[in-house]
Amino acid sequence: MNIVVCVKHVPDATADRKFEDDFTVDRVGVDGLLSELDEYAVEQALQFREKREGEEITVTALTVGPEKAADAVRKALQMGADSGVHVVDDAIAGSDYIATSLVLAKAVEKIKADAGADLVICGMASTDASGSVVPAMLAERLGLPQVTLASVIESQGDQIRIKRDNEGSTEVIGATLPIVLSVTDQSGEARYPSFKGIMAAKKKPLETWSLSDLGVDAGEVGLSVAWSQVEDTTERPPRTAGEIVTDEDGSGAGALVDFLASKKFI
Amino acid sequence: MSEVLVVVDHADGEVKKPTYELLTIAKRLGEPAAVFFGSPEQGDAVAEKVKKYGAAKVYVIDDAQIKGFLVAPKAEALQQLVEKTSPAAILLPSTFENKEVAARLAIKIGSGLITDAVDVQEGGVTTQSVFAGNFTVQAKVTQGTPIITVKPNSAAPEESEGAGTVEAFAATISDGAKTAQIVATQPRQSTGRPELTEAAIVVSGGRGTGGNFEPVEGFADSLGAAVGASRAAVDSGWMPHAFQVGQTGKTVSPQLYVANGISGAIQHRAGMQTSKTIVAVNKDPEAPIFELVDFGVVGDLHTVLPAATEKVKERKG
Repeated sequence: MNIVVCVKHVPDATADRKFEDDFTVDRVGVDGLLSELDEYAVEQALQFREKREGEEITVTALTVGPEKAADAVRKALQMGADSGVHVVDDAIAGSDYIATSLVLAKAVEKIKADAGADLVICGMASTDASGSVVPAMLAERLGLPQVTLASVIESQGDQIRIKRDNEGSTEVIGATLPIVLSVTDQSGEARYPSFKGIMAAKKKPLETWSLSDLGVDAGEVGLSVAWSQVEDTTERPPRTAGEIVTDEDGSGAGALVDFLASKKFI
Repeated sequence: MSEVLVVVDHADGEVKKPTYELLTIAKRLGEPAAVFFGSPEQGDAVAEKVKKYGAAKVYVIDDAQIKGFLVAPKAEALQQLVEKTSPAAILLPSTFENKEVAARLAIKIGSGLITDAVDVQEGGVTTQSVFAGNFTVQAKVTQGTPIITVKPNSAAPEESEGAGTVEAFAATISDGAKTAQIVATQPRQSTGRPELTEAAIVVSGGRGTGGNFEPVEGFADSLGAAVGASRAAVDSGWMPHAFQVGQTGKTVSPQLYVANGISGAIQHRAGMQTSKTIVAVNKDPEAPIFELVDFGVVGDLHTVLPAATEKVKERKG
């Protein structure tokens, strides 16, 4: 069995994230890293493998992105994934969800032909675009059951059961492999790469594929053909410094309530 | 005028406020038509509600074949409705589930998708709040029928009489769409408080509560507010995940946000930074949350909040 984990290289959320002149995300000026929410996906892939001792299970980390995006795959390899695939092509720059999911789906199909793709795992969202739509698009394109936003994952044979929080309820979802699974940050702390893992990762295979390797036409992807276009971006003005009081002998509560009353919240 | 499909947000037929906000926005783009996934018996009651906000038509899609499975059947039904009605746009309340429905629909009908809009103007230009609220983005769908998911509190609902003509729409759901089965559903117990994403006031607690949310809940109740929690509080098991405000929980944009014992990490900011007025109570004067606030109290929430609760009650009499 082979598990494909989709990982994204994103600008560090704690840094000063910006846009380029063409309104695409600045992926050069800000240090990038494996999206935190994808670490949980890698973790669940590794746990799936570890829980099934005796079965032959491999984990392939897959990313789509510019040159530096390979670092996201490397991190997954350091955590314990067995092999990596990096789809990189200048034509992909500026792709929307639609085109990104197309490239991912074609890459999963190619991995499937070589090594299998019985389980595709994604994080619940990227930390840059925060759309939470690519896992569903991937399921749609691959024609696989969509089992998303899992906080607890259990499996037996080819049966998967997950628990998830929906708007007003907790749900249990069941499906039969192969599926597309997305996991939340509730699914379990992601491991740190060990020294041994970091050394081992250097010897693990990391393939680089272009669009032509996937049979995707360059005209189907990228900024110019995106089905939605950004017209403008505006930096929000910094919030003006507010009034800070220190609570002394109970003065804080009075000041707080006076403020709320002055703003008509009471 | 072309129809604009608005997917009704409801809990067992009880129409929720974001529906009225979306109908209000839909009027800027065309003629609002509500789409109700639910029991056909509830169709008339829903129509009575949504026609007050301008719904000319109400498509009722029997969810008997739909509700037992995740996302895919709804996307299929909407695809068929889009093919029949050729709408000018499709608006959905921006929940995780609806975003996924929109995602699959976008692929099915070959249309662009915009998620988490906080405003939609005439002509379909959307506004989104990105990078933890540090930027706003104006964007537009340029291919196919615009599919836009809209966050709660994105418009003030405006009443206007619509015909509210009920039309049953029979969707055909393929077996291929019934592959992720909802095996069990456990409704969350109602807290009796306003819903987090729709509330005008949100009072949240974090690590600084030490696991005791009583002061936070008491203050919230005195203000008629919803209760929220930081990821630290949820990870510690003090509050269920449904209450989490932040990147991986709910994004809120209330009139007033009161953060108590919350340091203000970027993940939390992402979920509340666009709140109109922000207030914080925190023991640590260096907490980053104080960079965001309109008013802050450096103090222990366990003494400040109960005292403030009493004072609010006095004022309200």
